[in-house]
Amino acid sequence: MARWACALTIAVVVLLAGESSAKPYVPGGDGVVLERLPEKGDPSLIQLKRMRAALAANPRDLQIAVAVARRALEAARTLGDPRFLGQAQAALSPWWDATDIPRTVLLLRASLKQSQHDFEGSLADLDRLLTSDPMSAQARLARATVLAVRGRHGEARRDCEELRGHAAPIVVAGCDAGPASLSGDANHAYAALVVELTHGSGNDELREWVLTLAAEIAARQGTFDAAERHFLAALALDPRDPYLKGAYADFLLDRSRPAEVHSLLRDETKNDGLLLRLALAEQRLPEAHEAFVAHRADLAERFEAARRRGDRTHRREEARFRLAIESDAGAARKLARDNWAVQREPADLRILIEAARAAGDQDALRIAADWIAATRLEDAAIAALMQASR
Amino acid sequence: MRRLLLALLLFVPAAPALAHKASDAYLTLERDGTALRGQWDIALRDLDNALDLDANGDGDITWGEVRARASDIAGYALHRLQISSDGERCALASTSQLIDVHTDGAYAVLTLAGSCPQSGPTLAIDYRLFEGLDPQHRGLLNFVEHGDSRSVVFSTETPHRIVGGDAAGPWAQLATYLNEGVWHIWTGFDHILFLLSLLLPAVLVRDRLAWRPSPSFHCSFVDVAKVVTAFTLAHSITLSLAALSIVVLPSRLVESGIAMSVVVAALNNLFPMVANGRWIAAFGFGLLHGFGFAGALQDLGLPTGSLALSLFGFNLGVEAGQLAIVAVFLPLAFALRSTWAYRRVMFAGGSVAIAAVATVWLVERAFDLALFSALASRG
Repeated sequence: MARWACALTIAVVVLLAGESSAKPYVPGGDGVVLERLPEKGDPSLIQLKRMRAALAANPRDLQIAVAVARRALEAARTLGDPRFLGQAQAALSPWWDATDIPRTVLLLRASLKQSQHDFEGSLADLDRLLTSDPMSAQARLARATVLAVRGRHGEARRDCEELRGHAAPIVVAGCDAGPASLSGDANHAYAALVVELTHGSGNDELREWVLTLAAEIAARQGTFDAAERHFLAALALDPRDPYLKGAYADFLLDRSRPAEVHSLLRDETKNDGLLLRLALAEQRLPEAHEAFVAHRADLAERFEAARRRGDRTHRREEARFRLAIESDAGAARKLARDNWAVQREPADLRILIEAARAAGDQDALRIAADWIAATRLEDAAIAALMQASR
Repeated sequence: MRRLLLALLLFVPAAPALAHKASDAYLTLERDGTALRGQWDIALRDLDNALDLDANGDGDITWGEVRARASDIAGYALHRLQISSDGERCALASTSQLIDVHTDGAYAVLTLAGSCPQSGPTLAIDYRLFEGLDPQHRGLLNFVEHGDSRSVVFSTETPHRIVGGDAAGPWAQLATYLNEGVWHIWTGFDHILFLLSLLLPAVLVRDRLAWRPSPSFHCSFVDVAKVVTAFTLAHSITLSLAALSIVVLPSRLVESGIAMSVVVAALNNLFPMVANGRWIAAFGFGLLHGFGFAGALQDLGLPTGSLALSLFGFNLGVEAGQLAIVAVFLPLAFALRSTWAYRRVMFAGGSVAIAAVATVWLVERAFDLALFSALASRG
């Protein structure tokens, strides 16, 4: 009976939230606030708006255009809001398809392509930059990062090695840590990060980045106390970084500490990735059941909206959603496999294995096992999963 | 260090997934004879981006601020949506503005009403909302006719779509896609030039090292029939495979390959490698052209309910368009085949010109350049 009631509640909420049945209305009065713009209370976004107005008056001014695109890209990343990616691309449009595209624009175009998961397009742009200027540390670091997402660890590490002497040691260590730790060199990579951290090198932004990397490596190695220490130190430097919050939430979920995830992400309902983790925590907390039902419907609707526009950047999260929240192993398996063709980070591998196990997809499990063997991956959670699927 | 930080900021994965949503607008259009009705939901945030709705600059958009700009909003939006039927513009106006909430915030809801001068089988829709302001904006259209609906997505790359016809009965739909197929081959210069390159030598025969007039019409006819049949068979196979998503090739590869096929076919006339087995080349390269046709068909938007019918109609249209070209070309070329003008100007000169144009396409398509936009290959 209780299950019926639960199913009914979900159905009602989904129907109420669904686009088709929402009814357009006339607001109660002229003073009703309909939309809070992102620049409200954010001076840097107010400035961005002013810069865009200046650019609109003079759209072929490369200097303003690049400044607008950079600022918009930063906003897209720190807020996780893709509308800023559109603004960045619009600012660069006079040069976007030009044969003699300026170098600064090429770097920004590579970043935009990466954001849309066009990793090969991004790499092609970065290759072009590095062919004309092999010494560009910026382009090197960028290419290493994109290569690592694609699971091309050897090539990524070669780019990081090239940085030595052209960038601070903490940058070189941070660049190398990801790909090194994912290709059988985790201890060494971790030690290099700790050396930089104890030296106190780098500014806060760099230290936060390196602390996050160290936390992730430690978590994969199963040294959870160290991982937690690094996560907390990183959060102390930037309590708002959505990537860091997501990584720490995943760590807490794995440690079966949903209550802490709930308090960490309670106000992060705008970010799909963080809302997913919040819902995963609420699913395990009986007292948060109502919020869970609402967030579940909300996520379903957002994935549907992304699907309608042909957006493919959500597949990793959607696979997790289908598997863990909707218990739809078939759909999760398909999403996880499609995602694996594009992204090859541990989180992508993990959802691939989990979905493959649930759906009984031996072929996908073989793909995962081959990858683990070939990259000599050190990841305690994935190792445990593979052990259990034997 | 400052510059390196930039690379960090721009490339190191930030949010686990992009939150919120990119810019979408939801358009519903319903057609009944010449009458049009519809609804258009456009995000207030996007409208603010274009029209600066936040009059007092406090970061909040109020109902008063939206209401004050209602006619600007309708004017801006409707100016960027053009609908036509049988080549004539349909009139469209916004009759009221309301508010609705979607997953990513509040939207202005425009109620649309209008009419078309003719009620042709299809509607051509040109959608350019926020063009120049947000290249990642998408227009999600839900088109309703005779109680059936289909969805179509507009983007910067595909602002022009054709809808309708599919609900007006299978014959009307077949006719629509047949028509599109004919027009595609007639306006797709690369396909025509490829075909012409293979047809030019059909009224001649290769005798030792020189071209001589073909002895009989029968002889030329058989040669043309072989080339056209091989080309048709090949592109029908790949068009079907691609339209049914069984085989999918990157469009840059396909388009470059097609340009290459034109170069090769034209050069073969000047420096013959294959003289009498041209049907083999027609088959081989025809496979590539089929993928090109599939790309064009995809751009039109395929009705999911009756994919096979529209595929058949489009293919039939391509064949009909192609036969019409052959029917004009063959008698003319046959009549002129013994003249100096045919062999020197049309055959040799034509082949040189075709090879030159196709080389430009090849370079443009392979390296993603725009050398001579005037020579754009697509009508």
